[in-house]
Amino acid sequence: MESLISIRDVRFAYAAGDETEQPTEVLKGISLEIQKGELVAVLGHNGSGKSTLAKLLNAILLPTSGSVQVDGMDTTDEARLFDIRQRVGMVFQNPDNQIVATIVEEDVAFALENMGVDPDEMRERVDEALKAVKMYDFREHAPHQLSGGQKQRVAIAGIIAMRPDCIVLDEPTAMLDPQGRREVMKTIKRLNRDYGITVILITHEMDEAAQCQRVVVIDHGMVRMDDVPEKVFSKVGEMKQIGLDVPQATELIHMLREAGYPLDPEIITEEACVDALTELFSQKS
Amino acid sequence: MPILEAKNLTYTYSIGSPFEKTAVDHIDLSIAEGEFVGVIGHTGSGKSTLMQMMNGLLQPTSGQILLDGCDIWDKKTDRRNIRFQVGLVFQYPEYQLFEETVYQDIAFGPKNMKLSEAEIDRRVRETAEAVGLTEEQLKKAPYALSGGQKRRAAIAGVMAMEPRVLILDEPTAGLDPKGRTKILTQLQAFHKRTGCTILLVSHSMEDVARYASKLLVLSQAKVVCYDTPTGVFAQSQSLESMGLALPQITRIFKQLAEKGISFEDEVYTVKYGAELLKTRLEGRNPEC
Repeated sequence: MESLISIRDVRFAYAAGDETEQPTEVLKGISLEIQKGELVAVLGHNGSGKSTLAKLLNAILLPTSGSVQVDGMDTTDEARLFDIRQRVGMVFQNPDNQIVATIVEEDVAFALENMGVDPDEMRERVDEALKAVKMYDFREHAPHQLSGGQKQRVAIAGIIAMRPDCIVLDEPTAMLDPQGRREVMKTIKRLNRDYGITVILITHEMDEAAQCQRVVVIDHGMVRMDDVPEKVFSKVGEMKQIGLDVPQATELIHMLREAGYPLDPEIITEEACVDALTELFSQKS
Repeated sequence: MPILEAKNLTYTYSIGSPFEKTAVDHIDLSIAEGEFVGVIGHTGSGKSTLMQMMNGLLQPTSGQILLDGCDIWDKKTDRRNIRFQVGLVFQYPEYQLFEETVYQDIAFGPKNMKLSEAEIDRRVRETAEAVGLTEEQLKKAPYALSGGQKRRAAIAGVMAMEPRVLILDEPTAGLDPKGRTKILTQLQAFHKRTGCTILLVSHSMEDVARYASKLLVLSQAKVVCYDTPTGVFAQSQSLESMGLALPQITRIFKQLAEKGISFEDEVYTVKYGAELLKTRLEGRNPEC
């Protein structure tokens, strides 16, 4: 695998309101390598710096010190800004803030129009993007008639149409109901698996992080953990101390382990939890 | 007597236009005083419309909302007073903070109630403490607080009116797990201390299961059920077909039951689940 995004010793401070205040340093030396094709979750409590980190990935913000490179291009290089933004697309929390057009397919075409893509190719890319998020049948609908989950999928289609190498999603399911959440997670995983798009998912939902290949935990502007989800969630005490949580399956196993039952601490899915408990009971009976 | 009742309640948006939509469809409901009700339902199920009718913000297309048995849209009813008695916290309420200091913002509701300075002061301090805001933070401008603190300040502003019914529309959306737990445990303490009735709209089954005494499930503009969490989660299949997810712990125990490890009670908190399993496992030990 090769590295798509290199974050090297990045610090970032928001400017002070006036001269009496100190600038607030949000990121305090972060280094991360994101490989091509990875599905990475970023966890952290409110104010940990994870959204700031996301905005550094496609040059919405620039590091105060250190560097961010996308496919070898430094985000401070203004001449490459267009290329960088085309490679790394962003999806935000509130779908209503990201949808600009009155018809779904026009919204998906918005960025392509700005890029000056040829109309025939535009048609092809819009259709392909809408099919990828399974919203093709709604292409002629007005966005306000859609559910939150559907709107968020349209926002994702708008990014896909630009054919990026990487999508960064900042809490894309926070405003959705369970059904909408499932739809969006399924879409994200499919884009990663079938289209090879690198995905960086910032989330507060531990169950969503458990579905990723890698989990990065940001705490007070630093990388606190960076590992497969099984390893990260097995540290139940540390996660809670940071102000995060673990899937309920992991917590249940953890409570039984504390009571002395020999169970695998790296259980993070419902299925594995049920299997382990069934096994435990069959040994006892 | 119930504190809040809905009788044959209906609300239709954009009547007569092509976008006509019935968001609340002939609902009958009776909520007892002091209940902590979790309100769940998919997007567009009618939750927010119903909540906005509860304090007279929206006028029903037909049917009635009764507070203490009195129709809130009756000509003789003082609707301003209704809104003091039924407090509503909107989604993302921190966007509504507007005063110069957090103190003034929390005091805004009580001031409108024409309370004395001393009473306003007592209420501001008491509710600030209830939501975990310090004396120092009360003097600050709202924008100087963190997201979670702003949210809690906004909730305190409604609490300070000491409503008999407190309605909150997704008060934990967008907060991290610690922030969510903080708000919910503070609400629980407020509920215990004041005995007020709480209606909590949430997408998180895990949250409502842990804190609510009753669950109100809405789907397609109708009430599907209004029952204790145990009663509601017993109907897991119908919940899942409505696009609502059971708490993961409940799903785990359903699957265990299918494999022959079944318990009489419905399980919807991890702690209780762990207790049940431990008791069962210990009970079996002597046989080994």
